[in-house]
Amino acid sequence: MTDDELIWRIAGGSGDGIASTSQNFAKALMRAGLHVFTHRHYPSRIRGGHTYTEVRVSEDPVKSRGDGYNFLLALGDSFARNPQENAYYGNEEVKPLSENLDELNEGGVIVYDSGLLDTEDIPDFDERVADNGWHVYDIDLRTIAREHGREVMRNTAGVAVTCAIANIEPRVIKSLMEDTMPEKVFEPNMSVFDDAYETVQEEFDADAPDISVPEGDHDEDQVLISGSDSIAYGALDEGCRFIAGYPMTPWTEVFTIMSQNLPEVGGISEQVEDEIAAAALALGASHAGVKAMSGSSGGGFALMSEPLGLAEMTETPVVLVEAMRAGPSTGMPTKPEQADLEHVLYTSQGDSHRVVFAPAGAEEAYRQTRRAFQIAYEYQIPAIVLYDQKNGGELQNVPASVFDEEPNPDLGSVVTEAELADAPHDPSGKYNRFQHDVDDGVSPRSIPGQEGGRYLATGNEHMPAGHISEDPDNRVNQVDRRMEKMEAIRADLDADEGTNAHHGPEDAEYGIMTFGSQQGTVEEAVDELNEQGHSVKSLGVSELAPYPVEEVSAFIESVDEVLVVEMNASAQFRGLTQKELGRYGEKLSSLLKYNGNPFEPGEIVDGFVTSIVEDGTLPGHETKFVPAASD
Amino acid sequence: MSAFSAIGEDVERDRNEYTPGLEPQPTWCPGCGDFGVLKALKGAAAELGLSPEEMLVCTGIGCSGKLNSYFDSYGFHTIHGRSLPIARAAKLANPGLTVVAAGGDGDGYGIGGNHFMHTARENHDITYIVFNNEIFGLTKGQTSPTSPKGHKSKTQPHGSAKDPIRPLSMSLNAGASYIARTAAVNPNQAKEIIVEAIEHDGFSHVDFLTQCPTWNKDAKQYVPYIDVNDSEDYEFDNTDRSEASEMMFETENALHEGTVLTGRYYVDDRPSYQQEKQRIGEIPDEPLAERYFDDDYEWERVYDSFLDKHK
Repeated sequence: MTDDELIWRIAGGSGDGIASTSQNFAKALMRAGLHVFTHRHYPSRIRGGHTYTEVRVSEDPVKSRGDGYNFLLALGDSFARNPQENAYYGNEEVKPLSENLDELNEGGVIVYDSGLLDTEDIPDFDERVADNGWHVYDIDLRTIAREHGREVMRNTAGVAVTCAIANIEPRVIKSLMEDTMPEKVFEPNMSVFDDAYETVQEEFDADAPDISVPEGDHDEDQVLISGSDSIAYGALDEGCRFIAGYPMTPWTEVFTIMSQNLPEVGGISEQVEDEIAAAALALGASHAGVKAMSGSSGGGFALMSEPLGLAEMTETPVVLVEAMRAGPSTGMPTKPEQADLEHVLYTSQGDSHRVVFAPAGAEEAYRQTRRAFQIAYEYQIPAIVLYDQKNGGELQNVPASVFDEEPNPDLGSVVTEAELADAPHDPSGKYNRFQHDVDDGVSPRSIPGQEGGRYLATGNEHMPAGHISEDPDNRVNQVDRRMEKMEAIRADLDADEGTNAHHGPEDAEYGIMTFGSQQGTVEEAVDELNEQGHSVKSLGVSELAPYPVEEVSAFIESVDEVLVVEMNASAQFRGLTQKELGRYGEKLSSLLKYNGNPFEPGEIVDGFVTSIVEDGTLPGHETKFVPAASD
Repeated sequence: MSAFSAIGEDVERDRNEYTPGLEPQPTWCPGCGDFGVLKALKGAAAELGLSPEEMLVCTGIGCSGKLNSYFDSYGFHTIHGRSLPIARAAKLANPGLTVVAAGGDGDGYGIGGNHFMHTARENHDITYIVFNNEIFGLTKGQTSPTSPKGHKSKTQPHGSAKDPIRPLSMSLNAGASYIARTAAVNPNQAKEIIVEAIEHDGFSHVDFLTQCPTWNKDAKQYVPYIDVNDSEDYEFDNTDRSEASEMMFETENALHEGTVLTGRYYVDDRPSYQQEKQRIGEIPDEPLAERYFDDDYEWERVYDSFLDKHK
C-alpha cells in the first residue's frame, strides 16, 4: 500500500449514506483480516452540510485516524436540497471535493462523481493535482447507479471504484452486502458494483496509483465496535438493568444502544423530561436495588449536578456517563473536545467525591465501564465514565473475546435479611445503614422491602440510621468516613494492572502524557518520534479520580520533560496533574488543540519536535503550545 | 426466603407502628397542618395493613420534606422538587413496594413542576401528596406558586402580580388518574382519601391543604371546609372528565374567595404506566430488583445475543 496503508475518505452531504457505507466498507475489510479504524466528521444538521468518514486500513494494528488521507471518494449532492439563492448553506455542490483537498496526501487518489460534481468550479484544481501528484478519476457514478437501480446506489458504485483502484478483491465487499441487504436491493446493487468496477478496468489505468490493499489474517474473531457500543455492552454485562436519559449528542449513542437492548435482557429504559430527572431516576432505581445508570453530554450533565451530590450524600451507587463535546454551553454539538474534565471532577457543592474513568478506546471502554459499576456498587459512590465525541463514534476492530466475560449480578455492599437480623439498629428500630465505624468507610446498605432494614436516605447530613442531624461530632465522623472510601478505592484501583497505558522505551529521555481518547494517537506519535531518533515514551491516564498519584509521579520523575497533550484550551489535565501531585510545574508543558478536530499523530510529532526538542514556535493555529512554568 | 419478605400479606396494623420511637420528635411549629398529613398517612397505612418495610416514602425539601423523618418506613429524603423521578424509578424497579411521594406546593408545583407534569402524564402507580399551605415555610415565608394574587412577602413586597397555580386543573390536564383535595382540618376525609389514593392503580395526586400558623395566617385553610362528595349542592360524576374539570375550576375559584371545597374530583381507571410498559414488552413481569437476590435467575451474557451484528 502507498505509505503502508489506505486511508479512505468518503465525503458528501449528511443523509447521503456516508456513515452506513463507510461502516460496511470497514467491516468488509476487517473480515478480510485487516485492521481498521474510522473517524467521523459531521455537521449539526440532518440533511445537507459537508460530512465525511475516514476508514484507515492496515495490515498492522491502528490506533488513530492517521495523518491526512490518501484516497478521496467524493459523492456529494445533498446540497442541491438547499436551493435558495444566497442561503447560508447556499451553493455547496463542490464541497465534497473542495473542502477535502487540503488534507489529501501527495500521490493520493481522487474519485469524484462527475454526474454531480464539476472540478471547473474549484479554482486551481488542475494545478493542485499536478503539484501534488494526485490521480484523478472522474466517473459518472450517478448514471451507473440509475441504470441498474436507484440513484442512492452511487455509494455502491463508489465502493466498487475503490476496489478496482486499490486492488480490493470484490468478493470481500460483496459477501458483506449479501449479508446486510435484502435480496430485492442486493441484486441491483451487484449490477451497479460490477458496472462501476468494469468501467474503471476498461476506461482508466487502475494500476497508476501505487495503492494496493492485501488480504490479511486475524488470529481470532474480530468485531467492529465503537466506544459507545463498548460502554453500553460493558454496562449490560455488568448487570446494569436500568437506564434513564434525555437525548443529547453524542451521549445519545449509548442511550440508544442501551434502550434497544435492555428489554431483551429484562431491563428497563426510560426517556424522561430532562437530565435532572434522568439522574434522579437512576438513583431511585439503584436505591430500590437495581444496577442503574444515566448520562449525558456537557450541558445535560450540568443539570445532573444536584442528583450527583445527592448520590454522594446518600451513598447511592450510580454510574453516569459523560460524553464530551466542544463547549461551553451547547458549543459544537458534533465536534470532539476534552474540556469537561474539570466540570466532571468538581461539579456539585460541598466536599463531594466521585470516581472518574476516562477510557482511551473501545476495548478499554468496555472494561472500565464494568469497573465503574463494580467500584460504584462496592463503595456506594457515583462513578463517571468520561469519554468524548471522538472515541464514542470511532469504529475499530477489537477481538470478540474481549467481550467474552461472565456477567456480574453482584449488587456490591448490601446486606441480606439474614444479616439484618444481627445488624445494629438505633433505638427507633431503624437499621444503622450509615455506621461510622466500618472498614474502608463502606457501610453496607439495605434495600427497601427487606425486613428489618428501614432507614432514611437523605441529602442532609445524618446520623447512622439516617435521621437528619447537625451534631458536630457526627458530622466529622460521617465526612471522614465518606472521604475514607476514596483512599480505599485508590488502593483497589492500584491493584489493577495496566489500567493506565505506558508506551515506548522505559528509559526514554522525554515523556508525553495524555488522557482518554487521545491515547492511541499519542502512542502512534511516540512510535514515530522514536523512529526519527528521539527518545520518548508516553503515559495515557484513564483513572482521573482518585488520581494515580504514585504512578504519574514515577513517570514524570523518570524523564527530563513531559509534554501534556489534550483537546482543550485551558490545559485542564495538566492542571489536574499539578494539583494532585503538588509540583512539577517546571517539567510539564502543554500541546493543546480545540478547533473541533482531534489530534493527528503528525501534529503531536511536530509539536514535540518544534517545541520541546528545538525550543521553537509552532506554525499555524491548529495546535497551541503552552510552555512549562519555568520557561 | 425472598430478599423482600416485608412485601406481601397485608395484616392488621396499628398506626403507632409507623412512629419511629421517641426520636426524632417533629420540628413542625405548633398548630402546623403538616401534623395532619402525618396522622392521615399513618392511619391510611394501618388501614391498608401495609408493613413499614414495604413502603418507600420519597420527599422533597422544606417542612413537608420532613414527613419521612417522622413516618417510619423506608425513606428517601431527596432534593428540591425531585421526589417524583426518584419515586417513580423505585416503583419501576420494584413494583411490590408501596411508593408515596410528598412535597410542598413550592417543591411540587414550582421547582418540581416539570416532573409533576410528566409523572402525571405517564400515570406512574405512585401516590403524590402535596402539602399546600400557599407559602414557603422552611425558607421563611416567601410567596409560593399557590399564594393568592396580591400576596405580600419579603420577596414580593408589592404583592404578587401572578395568578396562583390551579393544582387540580393542572393535574387533570397533565394526566393524573386520581385527583383529590383534602385538608388537615378534616382528618377523617384525609385518611380515607389517602387510602383510596394508595389503592388506586395509577398516578394519584392529593392536594393536601395544610395551614401554616407561622407564615400564612391569612390562608383559607382555616375556614370550615365542604366535602363536595357529600354535599347535595355539588353533585357531579367524578369519572366524567369534563364534569370533574368544571368542579375543579369551581373549587379553585372558591378557595381564592374564601370557601374550602374538598373531595375526590377525578378517578380514571386507565392502565398505569407500568401496565402499559409491560404490555409493549418494555418491563419484566417479575420485579426487577428481585433478580439480584435470586440465585436461580440466569444472567444473560451480552456477547451471546448482541455482538453478532458487529462481526
